[in-house]
Amino acid sequence: MSDISQTATLQGKPQPDPAGPAVAAMLEELEEGSSLWKDAWARLRKNKLALTSLFLFILIVLFCVVGPFLSPYDSQAQDLFVGAEGPSAAHWFGTDTLGRDLLVRVMEGGRISLLVGLVATTVSLMIGVIFGAVAGYMGGRVDAAMMRFVDLLYALPFTIFVILLMVAFGRSLWLMFVAIGCVEWLTMARIVRSGVIGLKKQEFVEAAVSLGYSHTRIILRHLIPNVLGPVIVISTLTVPAVMLLEAFLSFLGLGVQPPFASWGVLINEGQQNMEIFPWLLIFPAFFFALTLFCLNFLGDGLRDALDPKSAKD
Amino acid sequence: MALLEVEDLATHFHTREGTVRAVDGVSFSIDKGETLGIVGESGSGKSVTCYSLMRLIPEPPGRIERGVARFDGQDLLQMGKSDLRHIRGDRISMIFQDPMTSLNPYLRISTQLIEAQQTHRDIDNKAALFKAIEGLEEVGIPDASNRVKSYPHEFSGGMRQRVMIAMALINEPDLLIADEPTTALDVTVQAQILDIIKQRQERLGTAVILVTHDLGVVAGNCDKVNVMYAGQIVESGSAEQVFYEAKHAYTRSLQKTIPSLQEKGQELYTIPGLPPDLTKTINGCAFHPRCPFPKTGAAETGRPTLKDVGDGHCFADCGYCDSSGSIEDVLAKGDTDDIQLPGEGVEA
Repeated sequence: MSDISQTATLQGKPQPDPAGPAVAAMLEELEEGSSLWKDAWARLRKNKLALTSLFLFILIVLFCVVGPFLSPYDSQAQDLFVGAEGPSAAHWFGTDTLGRDLLVRVMEGGRISLLVGLVATTVSLMIGVIFGAVAGYMGGRVDAAMMRFVDLLYALPFTIFVILLMVAFGRSLWLMFVAIGCVEWLTMARIVRSGVIGLKKQEFVEAAVSLGYSHTRIILRHLIPNVLGPVIVISTLTVPAVMLLEAFLSFLGLGVQPPFASWGVLINEGQQNMEIFPWLLIFPAFFFALTLFCLNFLGDGLRDALDPKSAKD
Repeated sequence: MALLEVEDLATHFHTREGTVRAVDGVSFSIDKGETLGIVGESGSGKSVTCYSLMRLIPEPPGRIERGVARFDGQDLLQMGKSDLRHIRGDRISMIFQDPMTSLNPYLRISTQLIEAQQTHRDIDNKAALFKAIEGLEEVGIPDASNRVKSYPHEFSGGMRQRVMIAMALINEPDLLIADEPTTALDVTVQAQILDIIKQRQERLGTAVILVTHDLGVVAGNCDKVNVMYAGQIVESGSAEQVFYEAKHAYTRSLQKTIPSLQEKGQELYTIPGLPPDLTKTINGCAFHPRCPFPKTGAAETGRPTLKDVGDGHCFADCGYCDSSGSIEDVLAKGDTDDIQLPGEGVEA
């Protein structure tokens, strides 16, 4: 015991300048804001797999966004004399049954698929995380009421729900994104809620209350970062689910309409002719799968990176 | 005027099994710079008392049924939420039992210490960081200016509890509530932690409410002591009074359980039986069924109230506590095994 009081007094001695280089560096960091994301990025950079995935993903995005401008073909120009032909020097990915260049169609379809995947996932993330965190944190009757609402939406047949939304608000691509997001948040809300209920019992939440922090602050700053791990994993699983959902809605005539296409739509078309024209399925499916792989590895890496306990340095 | 005056505090939990009267009419006061110990076994209402003062009782099922807690003239129990937030962490702060979970695992120590200050003070990052480092140095964290940027998981339990103390004291509160701050720590660290609380208290003039079930801790650290049993204070007074002139049979039984006061090689003394079921109305002394003293007469209605026996030394006298006899004599004489325990027959 005397040992410790000695150290305490030693440390407590007036030091000319407590600001060593470490402190100066930290001050700089503080000025830059949240250390959570900065640290996460530093840890992510060490994860080769995640980094490669990120790089590949960016390439895919560039391929879809910039690609069509570089191609000599128009995705909608039909050439019925050519018809469906396999990959060639003129058409790298071949052409579809209407003689349209598949490469351009994959690129343009990618734009829609990626947009749907990211926008709808972001929408579901925002609603789900906040809804779930509030329900879990408030507990009691508020929680019960909020979760019954979620159950109610779960019970509604999804298609009917989306159709209702579309009918009520008109049909546009953006609305479809929001509609899908509005459905996909349910699982997210449940997972965040259960995570928050588990965390709520830990004393740091009580400590935060006892330090006079407001509920909003506790939820946003102390609870949500702690559930980010599972949230990110679920998000990476939501992206492919959303893309497939979009293909399904398009098939019903509620999503992307011909002559536009998305990966989901292309895969669907390709699958119908796969015995005769396999390339119509292979190319879009390849990009679809590649994107999902990238997002999964990236999500995995991000989950580890966000958890300070996983740091090995 | 006392810093905090608690009068007739009652906190009940409304559960499916009935209403648990966890705290049922507790009154005490604490002055600036004083240390008040609250002792009692598990379930006696020590922690609930503290949580009630901080209004941390989960509602429902809990509810503060009645009482007044005047802190600096304001009633903590009636205060609005936003006023309460200004008091929490700034004028009253709290240290919890389990240091392993009482820091946010996702934020750096520095972030958490700075946040605690910026919530209540208009202070820039730099000044707050310096104060955080200073605070860590004062609780004996070596190399504080480097360690401050660590995450909680990089610290041991004892270190985390020190960080908690630094965090609770960083705004120099008037009152610190320490809810069993050393229970989860090993014995060598316990003494250090208590020492640090004491040092800081002396420097800042903070009043401390120290909840514990370790009588040794109370004897060594507290000015005043409340002994709680079944949701009420059964004995209170200065540490000397409660330890050297213990009146209540429960206090004396508790003393008997201190291992270092017992002969070596003997089986350790335990108080037989279990605390009473708090969902039922208790008539007479709550300790009655476990009391080693000879019992005569019928149970009265209602529980005995605290009576002053001189110099502020109070105890809840049921009339059966043979206050003259020594507990050793009684225990030596009487065979404690034949004490009728509540609910024993039912369980079997």
